[in-house]
Amino acid sequence: MARYDRAITVFSPDGHLFQVEYALEAVRKGNAAVGVRGTDTIVLGVEKKSTAKLQDSRSVRKIVNLDNHIALACAGLKADARVLINRARIECQSHRLTVEDPVTVEYITRYIAGLQQKYTQSGGVRPFGLSTLIVGFDPYTGIPSLYQTDPSGTFSAWKANATGRNSNSMREFLEKNYKETSGKETVKLAIRALLEVVESGGKNIEVAVMTKDHGLRQLDEAEIDAVVAEIEAEKAAAEAAKKGPPKET
Amino acid sequence: MECVFGLVGKGFALVVADTSAVHSILLHKTNEDKIMVLDSHKLMGASGEAGDRAQFTEYIQKNVALYQFRNGIPLTTAAAANFTRGELATALRKNPYSVNILLAGYDKETGPSLYYIDYISTLHKVDKAAFGYGSYFSLSMMDRHYHCDMSLEEAVDLVDKCIIEIRSRLVIAPPNFVIKIVDQDGAREHAWRESIKDAPISAA
Repeated sequence: MARYDRAITVFSPDGHLFQVEYALEAVRKGNAAVGVRGTDTIVLGVEKKSTAKLQDSRSVRKIVNLDNHIALACAGLKADARVLINRARIECQSHRLTVEDPVTVEYITRYIAGLQQKYTQSGGVRPFGLSTLIVGFDPYTGIPSLYQTDPSGTFSAWKANATGRNSNSMREFLEKNYKETSGKETVKLAIRALLEVVESGGKNIEVAVMTKDHGLRQLDEAEIDAVVAEIEAEKAAAEAAKKGPPKET
Repeated sequence: MECVFGLVGKGFALVVADTSAVHSILLHKTNEDKIMVLDSHKLMGASGEAGDRAQFTEYIQKNVALYQFRNGIPLTTAAAANFTRGELATALRKNPYSVNILLAGYDKETGPSLYYIDYISTLHKVDKAAFGYGSYFSLSMMDRHYHCDMSLEEAVDLVDKCIIEIRSRLVIAPPNFVIKIVDQDGAREHAWRESIKDAPISAA
């Protein structure tokens, strides 16, 4: 096994971990993902790159449950995601078994981030090429949370965030337009952010809504189309209003 | 002294267990729940070593939940029973669990079912089964009165007959029993049969 303990992630002379930075590049090439935290609702949205005609799109779920009250969306290498999600699901149940309590969102985020960090400091392995958006409600206080992790293993809590392709544009949009929302308004905000970088249409985005009472619910195409239509209508109305009332000649 | 028994009726399955927690000559409590709800449509009644009972049933419950998250659909009752048996078998020649299990479940496609799993990993799919000293009485009672597709009233009546036999003939009969049911609407507590209620703690 001596051949495999040569570390792959080593410091560069100017203090960079290039493997980690390259992993972040892989994330930037992944599909766009956005998460928005409302007062009683948390929304995750993911870009669905055009599916091949013969592919069964139901087998490609991009927003997954980790536990009854926790969900995850990610951008980057999907195969790496499978591994991380599996470990997280096991940890959620293991935590319930040992302490008879469901995990908090922060706990499972810290666990996933810890796992991602471990792979930046071990021999013979490469970092996970994905950033995750983790959402959920605290099992006792009911407070909603949104966290983000990245390949370096850092994590932090957010009111709204985006990752993957064009995440900067989405984040800028969210920074400009974020306000405390609830219910349908939170869904609209998330979809509006996604539509900044994705061609519109229910076919191209996957949206899931998490509430305290109903857990994670995937929106079907018709529902997404309906919200998109509302957004387009609002945009059109705003455009018309900007043009102002007809000038007196 | 622990009594666990169960039977399958028309569109449902019942599992009954005594609710005494006993240590040598001391009765710790009379409302110990020995029938774990594995998931929305499964019940696992267990008897045996108290520590093993809690540990093993909780372990199975968490693994059943994990399967559901990983695969998006719940385990069938047969699959859960075989998984449980497998875990008992693997531990048998290293660190055996001293637990006897009656696993009852309802599947949409196949209806209600009951599985007998004893501490040395015997697995049988059955219509009625019982563990413990009480089994001498409840099995005989069920052999006499059980028939296919019993209604809920008939089944609960049979359960009561078994409990009366246990109470009247077993030298140290457990005072209280809990009856849980699983049917298309899910797994839930059905009733208690109490002959002793824990006294409320009086003010100092």
